[in-house]
Amino acid sequence: MSSNSDFVLAIEDLTVSFDGFKAIDALTLYVDKGELRVIIGPNGAGKTTLLDLICGKTRASTGSIKFKNREMTELAEHEIVRAGIGRKFQTPSIYENLSVFKNLEVSFPRGRGVFGALRFRCSEDVVARIDEVAQEIGLHDQLQLEAGLLSHGQKQWLEIGMLLMQDPELLMLDEPIAGMSVRERELTAELLERICRNRSMIVIEHDMDFVKKIAHKVTVMHQGKILAEGPMERVQSDPRVIDVYLGH
Amino acid sequence: MEKLRKWITGSDFAGLVILAVVVFVVFPAALDVFRLNLVGKYLTYAFVAVGLVMLWGYGGILSLGQGVFFGLGGYCMAMFLKLEASDPESTKIQSTPGIPDFMDWNQLTALPVWWEPFHHLPFALMAVLIVPALLAFVVGFAMFKRRVGGVYFAIITQAVALVLSVLIIGQQGYTGGVNGMTDLKTMLGWDIRTDSAKTILYYANGVLLFVAILACRAVQRSKLGTLLLAMRDKEDRVRFSGYDVANFKVFVFCLAAMLCGVGGAMFALQVGFMSPSFVGIVPSIEMVIFAAVGGRMSLVGAVYGSLAVNFAKTYFSESFPELWLFLMAALFIGVVMAFPNGLAGLYESHVKPRLGRRPPGGSPREDAVSAPAAAPVPPASRPVLRAGTPDAGADGGAPGPAAA
Repeated sequence: MSSNSDFVLAIEDLTVSFDGFKAIDALTLYVDKGELRVIIGPNGAGKTTLLDLICGKTRASTGSIKFKNREMTELAEHEIVRAGIGRKFQTPSIYENLSVFKNLEVSFPRGRGVFGALRFRCSEDVVARIDEVAQEIGLHDQLQLEAGLLSHGQKQWLEIGMLLMQDPELLMLDEPIAGMSVRERELTAELLERICRNRSMIVIEHDMDFVKKIAHKVTVMHQGKILAEGPMERVQSDPRVIDVYLGH
Repeated sequence: MEKLRKWITGSDFAGLVILAVVVFVVFPAALDVFRLNLVGKYLTYAFVAVGLVMLWGYGGILSLGQGVFFGLGGYCMAMFLKLEASDPESTKIQSTPGIPDFMDWNQLTALPVWWEPFHHLPFALMAVLIVPALLAFVVGFAMFKRRVGGVYFAIITQAVALVLSVLIIGQQGYTGGVNGMTDLKTMLGWDIRTDSAKTILYYANGVLLFVAILACRAVQRSKLGTLLLAMRDKEDRVRFSGYDVANFKVFVFCLAAMLCGVGGAMFALQVGFMSPSFVGIVPSIEMVIFAAVGGRMSLVGAVYGSLAVNFAKTYFSESFPELWLFLMAALFIGVVMAFPNGLAGLYESHVKPRLGRRPPGGSPREDAVSAPAAAPVPPASRPVLRAGTPDAGADGGAPGPAAA
């Protein structure tokens, strides 16, 4: 059905229906290497469902999701992660009772089996990697702090950091700046620009200023389908997009 | 930070030393052999409670069927002892000499094939560990791979406990039925009913218990321990960090089952019999109460919990037999409502702050914040894992899925 390509992610004819309601309807989407794609759209358009499908949280009814030409729809969640897809949830999903350091350590992609985890030692290279990521997300001074004590914005960054520990080739962020202050939004935009250099990203976001700042390309979803796709300026002036989403 | 870490490890260590003194010095010195044997019996339940700390406290998986594994371990041991007690010489009045008395009473004329290997002690000892672990693996694999958790899992374990106790009682000819296996006399010719044997078994039990606690401590300190805490908190995050969550749950369920098996075997040795009354639903729930009273996050606390509840049980059931069950229920409700972290939690919050303020700068949390920020983390750093309070729900709960 689907052919091989140079795209990092090739979604073709993807459909998922919940009791007859098609949350995603014959959707086709390609993401390039090194691209930062932003998905926008009104509530219930199927944006989060699309991420759920890619990372295996929800199973597709029909269609294909190929990551680096490898079919993902049949794999278990952890296998999809190991293939190189990382996903941040909408609400910050971190381990509140563990320190920031532990949060990052647990996310290091080694010792992922039961006995591997028993033998895992936090060696020099792990610490070095944690230091590096903590610098990147601006939490270096909070490494020993219990993660539950971080501010909301810092929790969002920590979750992004936990994904960076795995060095995924495709990073999916669901509303990364929700609930952030203006300053935090700026820092996040800079962070995303930095970490996008050697990987592809899919970001769901509602904040149009933020989208303008970071997006290489924007996809507008509506009722499980793609309404428009292209550079921000073009999408913004598309009458259909204005109609269903941006408003007049 | 360095000081803090040492201090935590130190207090951990101190707790173990105090427990060792209590178990190996105080009890043997203060109690006669009869009472010491009773304490030894209580300490066999401590294995179960320690296992529950790993499974329930750390893993967030509440099993209400740990009696199953305690019973399996106990029966494996009891089968060996029973066979040894049933040599043809001492069973010559039976119509079929050489088989356990209850088989004879049930008109069995030959030893069942699956009993044969239990003539050998090494096999029996292996079975004590492996049979409970195997059942835990089958049940755990079937449940956790299907993402059955929380209350549903607890109910399934109850069902298993019920099924096994009904099975044991029903298959009287093979298991001794409701009476269990009684008249266990010797192990490789060594009479386990004498005072000296009881004392030795008490010490052996204590040593095994410490081995179990140290092994569990090692698991807690490993990445696997951290992952268990992480899973309890945000299961989906762990799954989407590339871990097969079910495997870790199966592991900790098997670990807890194995510990129960050891406890059951030591029970059979020290008490001299094994019966289905340690397998069913009620004993399984009692075992959860031991862990809850002791503190489900504390391995050492679990031992004190087992001792305290069983002392109380013995005392009250001797003095006010009809009140005991109500007291037990009240105790459980009280623990859950008033001090959810049990004795260990009370110690942490009330006793510890009054014992010399050794950590400079007050609470660990403040200390952690004020730690010099720029200092690179040493490679061996094991940041403090405070025993976090799990959510009120005992099941640890799956985190809500991100809204679509």
